[in-house]
Amino acid sequence: MAAIASPVENTFDEFLALESKKDLLRFTTAGSVDDGKSTLIGRLLYDSRSVYDDQLESVTKASAGRNAGAIDFSLLTDGLRAEREQGITIDVAYRYFATPKRKFIIADTPGHEQYTRNMVTGASTAELAIVLVDARKGVLEQSRRHAYIAGLLGIEQLVVAINKMDLVGYDEAVFRHIETDFRKILTRFPAVESYFVPVSALVGDNIVTRSQNMPWFEGRSLLEHLETVPVGGRVRAAAFRFPVQRVVRPSHDFRGYAGTIVSGSVQPGDPVVIWPSGRETTIARIVTFDGDLERAEAGKSVTLTLADEIDLSRGDFIASRGHAPQKTHAIEATLVWLNEKPSEVGKRYRLKHAARQDWATLKQINRRISVKTLEEEAGYSLELNAIGEATIETARAFVFDNYAQNRATGSFILIDPATNATVAAGMISDAAESSAIEPLAGICWKLEHGALILASEQGFTASEKSAEPLQIEDPEALEALRHLLRRLRIRPFGAADSSESDWEI
Amino acid sequence: MREVVAECQRPVLLYSIGKDSSVLLRLAQKAFYPGPVPFPLLHIDTGYKFREMIEFRDRYTAELGLKLIVHTNHAALEEGANPFAWGTQRCCGALKTTSLLDGLREGGFDAAMGGARRDEERSRAKERVFSFRDTRGQWDPRNQRPELWNIFNTRIHPGESLRVFPLSNWTELDIWQYIYAENIPIVPLYFAKPRPMLVRGDSLLPVEQPFVRRLPGEQPQMVMCRMRSLGCSPCTGAIRSEADTLPKIIEELISVRRSERQNRVIDHDQDGSMEIKKQEGYF
Repeated sequence: MAAIASPVENTFDEFLALESKKDLLRFTTAGSVDDGKSTLIGRLLYDSRSVYDDQLESVTKASAGRNAGAIDFSLLTDGLRAEREQGITIDVAYRYFATPKRKFIIADTPGHEQYTRNMVTGASTAELAIVLVDARKGVLEQSRRHAYIAGLLGIEQLVVAINKMDLVGYDEAVFRHIETDFRKILTRFPAVESYFVPVSALVGDNIVTRSQNMPWFEGRSLLEHLETVPVGGRVRAAAFRFPVQRVVRPSHDFRGYAGTIVSGSVQPGDPVVIWPSGRETTIARIVTFDGDLERAEAGKSVTLTLADEIDLSRGDFIASRGHAPQKTHAIEATLVWLNEKPSEVGKRYRLKHAARQDWATLKQINRRISVKTLEEEAGYSLELNAIGEATIETARAFVFDNYAQNRATGSFILIDPATNATVAAGMISDAAESSAIEPLAGICWKLEHGALILASEQGFTASEKSAEPLQIEDPEALEALRHLLRRLRIRPFGAADSSESDWEI
Repeated sequence: MREVVAECQRPVLLYSIGKDSSVLLRLAQKAFYPGPVPFPLLHIDTGYKFREMIEFRDRYTAELGLKLIVHTNHAALEEGANPFAWGTQRCCGALKTTSLLDGLREGGFDAAMGGARRDEERSRAKERVFSFRDTRGQWDPRNQRPELWNIFNTRIHPGESLRVFPLSNWTELDIWQYIYAENIPIVPLYFAKPRPMLVRGDSLLPVEQPFVRRLPGEQPQMVMCRMRSLGCSPCTGAIRSEADTLPKIIEELISVRRSERQNRVIDHDQDGSMEIKKQEGYF
């Protein structure tokens, strides 16, 4: 921790003032075990003197059991015992360090294809992502996937760290070649700013200080870049949004709304609109334990009072007038599936968005995106780690912003009501046409010996044999037909038409 | 905290009396201001906490007008539980883990908020802010819910519970700076003063409990020292320090090269020991 400005040099209050001015950068790291990601993070922590002696001793002790020479930096970050034994990281781990310029939170995530879930989780709170590329291997399929996920999750800044430069003789041509390759991928994500840096995490080249071994590289070291890159501008510049977390009513003469400002800023007197009701009023006071504020901006937790008596409840939004959010009953969103149990079209999930939980029906998967090729692929459901675009209908009016414009009001999770597991992460792209198709009365279908039978209710109950079976052998064609039946809201035989969940197939 | 109160049935704040708990209490006051803190505090008292901790607990919580529930595993104490007779693992198991699970069950609490931070210990780096526990109160590192953005899944079935860590992303330095900036009261044990200690090499052992074994001829010496973190007196070593004010503590922290749990005997009784305790239900 000695990298922090010493209070001895300043008065203590000057030191505290400097400390409180430091901003926070949250970043995530992606790369497979072999790319040396854990070593890179261990190196950042070690070289910024964020590792204590006893922590170092305990990993030096542990290293003796594996065939590592000096300090195995990766052991500083591999958290759980099972992982230490297998030598892999399998979840998201959070690390903390600080330099005289900034505080940092690292979301350390594994990069294998099967861990898309973890990378998405780590990226969801990050403003910057470091993608590691092995200098000996160049740009791989997974590099493309990491860049795609960073772009999908709205990461502002991407750092491509080309690692193991010591193993390619610190050759500039290798670095330039990989940079050129990677920039081709990035043309798909114009909103992402990128920075390329050649490093050796093991030796320490260009991690904290600029490398003597690569005089041809004139850019900043990785840490210098992390300390100076501008972040957080989008949230501050976005329109004012305040999801009401709690109605505060300690007595009859006080009624306030507590929550965190998720974007923009607010002052007493600001005209605002309450959503979903659409009622207009103005901000009266910004109340805090430490006294009223004249102004508060994104990230602050405050209690707001309004000029008019309006009936507001948890989950409602207070938003600036003029920059209205959208209000709808159906949304289009990109879903990342997080659970072993695949998505079920027609199923009702609990949807949590900002401070609100609602029932929502997964109407359909419109398109799947292969995490391998990033191309569209066939299929009508999403399994663990799959990504797709979906239409979702909400039981009540739903207020949101596009995720690209506002992460906090454009994101949601889906929860399986039976298991309470968080099954999907969603990023809203737009309002959808509500599917107004009414169920086809009296028509239903049934599978029998691999044949799909479409008939009227009476056709089945009175004399099943009279229905003409439609023989479909091809499983893909069968699935396509099922999907079509769902869309047309033709029920499976025996399903009650009142309950949506009976429509599961 | 507001999410917990809005979405859980019977929340409780696990109050450990330490500096992180003091910060939690201040945050709770702020989160619900101008209303009162809408949940009780639960202290798992092993019976072996420092005297000054208990005095501070009773005075401070009364001053803030908070409801305090104290739970102790009296049965185990009567059977003679102490870290010397039972060993630290069995002693912690009975006086902390079992006692906590009993205390939560007796109160019918479905969400317990605590002051643990991810920077404290390796296995805590992967802890969620909302950490799911099964019906036996146990933590399965492979059965935790992914946590995205700031959206927290608080849904549980009857009998299951949540442990919630609002200070997850704070570091030790953040805590001390906040205590200074907000002028938050903390237990005097954190400040250096001459205290009677058994001196064994670099280790300073407090002598509050009669069962702490002494070496032949060993006598406590007065040593200028303080506690960097607080636990049970027989298992919490002091550090030599002159830091008797908050600025001096912060200065010391910046130059110190040892992590704060290093003086906690129980973290080091086997490799990965915090992870094992957590799986069993330790907070």
